[in-house]
Amino acid sequence: MGFLNLFSRTPGALLKLPSGSFTVDREGSVIVGTLPSNFPESLVRDIAREVLAAFRGAEAAQLPLSELVVNFPSLKITARDLRGGAVIFLSPRAIYEPAA
Amino acid sequence: MATNQKILLLDDDPDLLDMYREILAQLPSRPEIHTASSGNRAMAMLETEAFQLLICDLKMPKMDGLQVLSIVRRKYPQLRTVVLTSVMDEQFRSRVYALGVDLFWQKPGTDQEIKLFLECLESLLGRETEGGFRGVHSKSLVDIIQLECISQSSSLLRITNGPLTGKIWIQDGDVIDSEGAGLTGEAAFHKILSWRAGVFESLPAEPSRPRTISKSYNALLLEGAQAIDESRGPAAGEGEPKPSASPLAELSQVEGVEFILALKPDPAAPPEARGLENPERMAAWSRQSFDRFRALGEQLQAGPLERIEGFGPQRHVALACQGDTSFCVGWRHSLTGPQVSEMMKKVLALWAS
Repeated sequence: MGFLNLFSRTPGALLKLPSGSFTVDREGSVIVGTLPSNFPESLVRDIAREVLAAFRGAEAAQLPLSELVVNFPSLKITARDLRGGAVIFLSPRAIYEPAA
Repeated sequence: MATNQKILLLDDDPDLLDMYREILAQLPSRPEIHTASSGNRAMAMLETEAFQLLICDLKMPKMDGLQVLSIVRRKYPQLRTVVLTSVMDEQFRSRVYALGVDLFWQKPGTDQEIKLFLECLESLLGRETEGGFRGVHSKSLVDIIQLECISQSSSLLRITNGPLTGKIWIQDGDVIDSEGAGLTGEAAFHKILSWRAGVFESLPAEPSRPRTISKSYNALLLEGAQAIDESRGPAAGEGEPKPSASPLAELSQVEGVEFILALKPDPAAPPEARGLENPERMAAWSRQSFDRFRALGEQLQAGPLERIEGFGPQRHVALACQGDTSFCVGWRHSLTGPQVSEMMKKVLALWAS
């Protein structure tokens, strides 16, 4: 079964969802964070932008929010309002983990 | 079994594709095996031909397996999908299953693993795709009740539809009692009958159960079928439709609901709302949040958006979809986060039923 060694070849790298948190100001600039350095900065900025937009949109709809939880099957994003900015937590979820 | 089933193999390594082709040739159903060495090529083939199964590697240049699968699951929901990879990371396994992939399999290394892999593929190819109540394939709840009654059985059917549970007692081929969704007797029976899907279990009969339903099962099922037909709206040519209460009215009665907003996919369609004086602004925020976080989920390859929850000093809010309807539900401030999650599931299940 030597030919099956071919299966062990490992090309490229897939993007892992990070576990950690970061804080952004009201402009969406990252102030401090614990995310791994290989996680693309552009994605961090995109997450921050959508979270801040959701907080602001809710306020404009007369529904001020202090916390936002966004559930995907393999990731949970928890964000807390920080006087216009936000602290954002990313938690990858396992498939067998009960939904929060 | 169908003889013209087609499998599409996707891997960037041509040597592996050849080897897979040989291995899959051993499948008893003898499916046609097609190969693609890039995600783009695979997408083009799926556009032009109907396949029953896609077997996909994860690590590939340009378009990786997760990207391919997230597109495939959205565009071809009926296509069975299998990931065959050397990546043994629990997070990727979770994300693959979160995308709705049928099977995540480590590239086989022994004859025994190849045999097991082939058995799984054969099972996937032969699996029924039709709906119905789990436990009895392709049978509606009406079929199941008829089977029990015609065979003069005595049993207790427990039906679970999301967080809702219903029970139907059958004694010597007669429906004698029912309860579920906060109702009892005939009302509960008809409510349960209106559920479109679920899981049922047949439990031992309870001969001491008091009889509250005296109608024959045929009459009950006929009334149930009529009620379902009526709930789907009047047939063409039946004259003016009768004014009926908004389906949102029932949902707004769920404990803790302060307002409820239902949005259809067409952004031009006006939102339906209960408990909101000016639903337009809330509808705009809801649509924007759904769109933005759905796009973010795709970008992160985290799977389809499940639910958004917001917690505020005045009230909480939860956003989720059921079928083609998106909901934004306002919740009483005194509810905790887990309570909001649970009650939101109940609202969605009620809508689905």
